[in-house]
Amino acid sequence: MKFIDEYQDNKLAKGLAWQIAQRSTKTIRLMEFCGGHTHAILRHGIRQLVPETVGLRSGPGCPVCVTATADLDKAIALAHLPGVILTTFGDMIRVPGSYSSLQQAKAEGADVRIVYSTIDALEIARANPEKSVIFIGIGFETTAPTTAASILQAQHDRLENFHVLSLSKLTPPVMKALLDSGEVKLEGIVCPGHVSVIIGSHPYEFIPRDYGVACVISGFEPLDILLCIDKLVQQIEKGEPKIEIAYHRGVKPEGNRKARQLMEDVFEIGEANWRGIGIVPQSGFKMRGKYEQFDADKAFSVPVKPSREPEGCRCGDVIRGAATPLECKLFRKVCTPERPVGPCMVSSEGACAAYYQFGTPENSQSS
Amino acid sequence: MFRLSYRLTWAKIRDAMCLAVPVKIVSIDGDQAETEIAGVKRRVSIVLTPEAKIGDYVLLHTGYAISVLDQAEAEETLKLLEEIASLSEIH
Ligand code: SF4
Repeated sequence: MKFIDEYQDNKLAKGLAWQIAQRSTKTIRLMEFCGGHTHAILRHGIRQLVPETVGLRSGPGCPVCVTATADLDKAIALAHLPGVILTTFGDMIRVPGSYSSLQQAKAEGADVRIVYSTIDALEIARANPEKSVIFIGIGFETTAPTTAASILQAQHDRLENFHVLSLSKLTPPVMKALLDSGEVKLEGIVCPGHVSVIIGSHPYEFIPRDYGVACVISGFEPLDILLCIDKLVQQIEKGEPKIEIAYHRGVKPEGNRKARQLMEDVFEIGEANWRGIGIVPQSGFKMRGKYEQFDADKAFSVPVKPSREPEGCRCGDVIRGAATPLECKLFRKVCTPERPVGPCMVSSEGACAAYYQFGTPENSQSS
Repeated sequence: MFRLSYRLTWAKIRDAMCLAVPVKIVSIDGDQAETEIAGVKRRVSIVLTPEAKIGDYVLLHTGYAISVLDQAEAEETLKLLEEIASLSEIH
């Protein structure tokens, strides 16, 4: 398939791996901030292709995983309200909340439906005018514009029964939060390609400038990731950290103006609650007052008990990059994709699921 | 080295919400477009990429085209990779 097959070529990959090995002298640690990258790195065995000097760690990049348990509990409570149809991306449904899950709510009679797109959620609202349709708006800057577009569409079509529980999050502020905490030392960041399609490269500029950490925006095919690692190693070896794009076919420095405009119209920036990290200032998309009628937080109020995390699950540490899934005692023994204990094993983009599916002793060792 | 037998299917695309895949635009009707990938047709919204034209490849994410892929840049990157590969063969 065009734009996919070319970027999986073995000969070109070997060439890049050779170049990285030539350049790399310092022992470094890189972090990827996108579940798509975590998945691709494990799937294609990228760890085995790069020299031992280059360590790869997964960060908070899986949208389902970073959703705070308290927010999931609220979604589950909303699903139980009479007259509500709760719509969600598929991965959310199996994530254990404090006391239940969306799947369990569905089994208990709540109307919970999986959608692939906000367009499907709008369609359900149109077809069920007597019901209230709530969409769980999780995701990063890649997905937030599609949520914004659905709210504008609902307003245009006067779909008064459509509501969004806005849980979308911003990436650069959580990078800042992790760097400020100093818990995991990093030399470079594999910046998320599809987030950057929307926001461009400018929002990352403070990272090399204020933290001296190299930043390269990467695509998702194996060659894209190797090219990104090569550029990161080059910056670090030279001691010249900056923000570079290694995904030129998709990302422009200014991002997608139209998408940003829609997001700015619909959302304002506020704090957000991240699993394993807590409240991060300026990291959440909140709906502006003028779209209040579509805001599930304003339209409905549900009592939610204090949240609690699954016992023994180290998802929080995994999300911060403070631990790899292999350091969790439950990994593979108790916690599996069939019987997941935490969200990092549920979502196909979660680090635990990726390690479970593709990890072999050589390519999944801690780094 | 890579698991090249791996092919994207719609089931996989639906699975991973932060995934975006390149699809080709075959026709446009207002802010909707008919797209194709590996013989599979799908209607997508182009509200986020009003500049998209017939014949363009766009990145499709949860039902929306989020970016028009730059063909010239894609070829440029591949050329660079070819050069690195031939360099590595000399050594
Ligand atoms: S392996 Fe399971 S229990 Fe352990 S951190 Fe991952 S999701 Fe949580």
